[in-house]
Amino acid sequence: MLFSRLRMSRRAAFIPFLTAGDPDLQFTAAALPILGQAGADLIEVGFPFSDPIADGPVIQASYTRALQGQLRLNHIWEMLRSLTTTPQWQTPLVGMVSYSLIYRKGLQRFVVAARQAGIHGLIVPDLPVEEAEELAQVCRDYECKMILLVTPTTPLQRAERIVRICSGFVYVVSVVGITGSRDHLPPTLRPLLHRLRSLTDLPLCVGFGVSKPEHVEELAEVADGIIVGSALVQLLENARQDPAGTLAALGTFVRRLCQPLHQQSKPAP
Amino acid sequence: MLTAPSSLRHYPDQRGRFGPYGGRYVPETLMYALEQLETAYKEARQDPQFHQEFNRWLQEYVGRPSRLYFAERLTREAGGARIYLKREDLNHTGAHKINNALGQALLTRRMGKQRVIAETGAGMHGVATATVAALFGLRCRVYMGQEDIRRQELNVFRMRAMGAEVFPVGSGSQTLKDATNEALRDWMSSVETTHYIIGSVVGPHPFPMIVRDFQSVIGQETRQQCLEQLGRLPDAIVACVGGGSNAAGMFYPFLDDQQVELIGVEAGGRGPVLGHHAATLNYGSPGVLHGTFSYVLQDEDGQTAPVHSVSAGLDYPGVGPEHSWWHDTGRVRYCSVTDQDALAAFHLCARLEGILPALETAHAVAEALRLAARMSSQQVVVICFSGRGDKDCAEVARLGQNPPSSS
Repeated sequence: MLFSRLRMSRRAAFIPFLTAGDPDLQFTAAALPILGQAGADLIEVGFPFSDPIADGPVIQASYTRALQGQLRLNHIWEMLRSLTTTPQWQTPLVGMVSYSLIYRKGLQRFVVAARQAGIHGLIVPDLPVEEAEELAQVCRDYECKMILLVTPTTPLQRAERIVRICSGFVYVVSVVGITGSRDHLPPTLRPLLHRLRSLTDLPLCVGFGVSKPEHVEELAEVADGIIVGSALVQLLENARQDPAGTLAALGTFVRRLCQPLHQQSKPAP
Repeated sequence: MLTAPSSLRHYPDQRGRFGPYGGRYVPETLMYALEQLETAYKEARQDPQFHQEFNRWLQEYVGRPSRLYFAERLTREAGGARIYLKREDLNHTGAHKINNALGQALLTRRMGKQRVIAETGAGMHGVATATVAALFGLRCRVYMGQEDIRRQELNVFRMRAMGAEVFPVGSGSQTLKDATNEALRDWMSSVETTHYIIGSVVGPHPFPMIVRDFQSVIGQETRQQCLEQLGRLPDAIVACVGGGSNAAGMFYPFLDDQQVELIGVEAGGRGPVLGHHAATLNYGSPGVLHGTFSYVLQDEDGQTAPVHSVSAGLDYPGVGPEHSWWHDTGRVRYCSVTDQDALAAFHLCARLEGILPALETAHAVAEALRLAARMSSQQVVVICFSGRGDKDCAEVARLGQNPPSSS
């Protein structure tokens, strides 16, 4: 729905990432609407995990800060539910969750809780396609999207298998490595997107290393969505000391990153 | 209990599974590297020249075969079965870790990579990796938690002296599990040029299989030495289990010898409350950690629980997936030994045999003494004597555990 609307207006989606509970859930509850108002089309909510192997130092530090506050999964669900059930709420949410957390709760229990909290899809960065079928089935049963990742090291045949099981959108990792901000987008990205385009009609959203309006501008022409994580999470480092200032900074940063997209937007022919 | 298949030696299967355990729970970026490693290892495994070279280095550099030694005074102390020590502590660098590090360094060379990384807790695997990196002229970085760097000063010095870079890890609990996270992250950005020499039978497939295979030299030698020296197989074999590499290497060649009882000893720490021990198979449940499905110690949300053991090498909230399978099939019995009993065994072994065991090894000694006492003098217990205790002397002294006064 979201992506077809955006495609009509020939505009890429802007997808910021925010850790639930960093520094606390009250802050997250205030920050999510601000991201929406500042131009987020979809928000990726990170579920803190003690041992996140796919994430870089910025997001891991954020997870650690969140877990230091005795954060429980139930409290995340409650916060999201009270937010997404208000009539003003419009921005769809997807969860970024380690399989360790999903497995412990039970696949079905986790997906049901996520759907009840207003989450539309799950990104599970440590669940490769070989192990994904069981969760994919549960997601289908509860109309939850399951978003898998494709990287520059993924061979074409494998990518084909991945996009087949994928729903919602494909998360295209722009670089080899972990999440984190980078100066330049890699030259291999454009050919990777072209290859994927030949395999699937699903929207292709690019993440890992997007941190500047110039990145967004460059990507807007080739990708259906742009995911910004570490650059945003970095702003949370002082959130405990200065929550109001941090919320304002988040809004400003997202507006600045979104700007190239709104210039890009044109009426459908 | 599940039904054991015809032979437990046939695992893992094509998907890297030991029964339900194992597999690969890693970011997509690592899948390519793991497949490349699996292919390289399968080729090496079938290449007689690779085995020849591995065996030659084991003999000439590590000093294998290690001795199977009759511990007469420990035997008398226990008052039951005869106790033998498989002396992995006599290997170059003082522990079994060198067997695996050497094998993986040869694999690194074969894959044409110039750099190795490793994680380390107590520092023994870090030292073993630094050693083989020096030997083969590979660049080497070892990830080590800041807390462990503080506890294991001597090993940090040894690694640096051999040219390795010791990279302090300040995230999370600043111990082995965080060093493992950091090494996996490094590998995700460096797979083209770097091999990750994982230190135990943990992590995503094919690591648990590779490490077990390289460590199996322990069990193969023990089996042969028992037949030569005793004319028969032992009645029981005891080994400590953190991630479980020395135990996996010792047990694997004996899996089909049903008359040999196999016992894995986990770190019981201060007691059975979550957070006070590292006895994953005794108190944990199946879950996902560090890229594999195995028993883990987690809270009800799936967050990794804090663990404790007096021994840094057993201080790990997971366990190798093959051990989980052996546990469920009942082929291996897993028990635990407390900090206090391990420390007592450390002193006893030192005073009676003139051998200082690593604190990890002391857990196995403690259980073996209990076990031997219940057996007859006709029977034989072998302890996998995984490492020497020099590295632990400062910690034992700090704990104020003075040797018991002379009797």
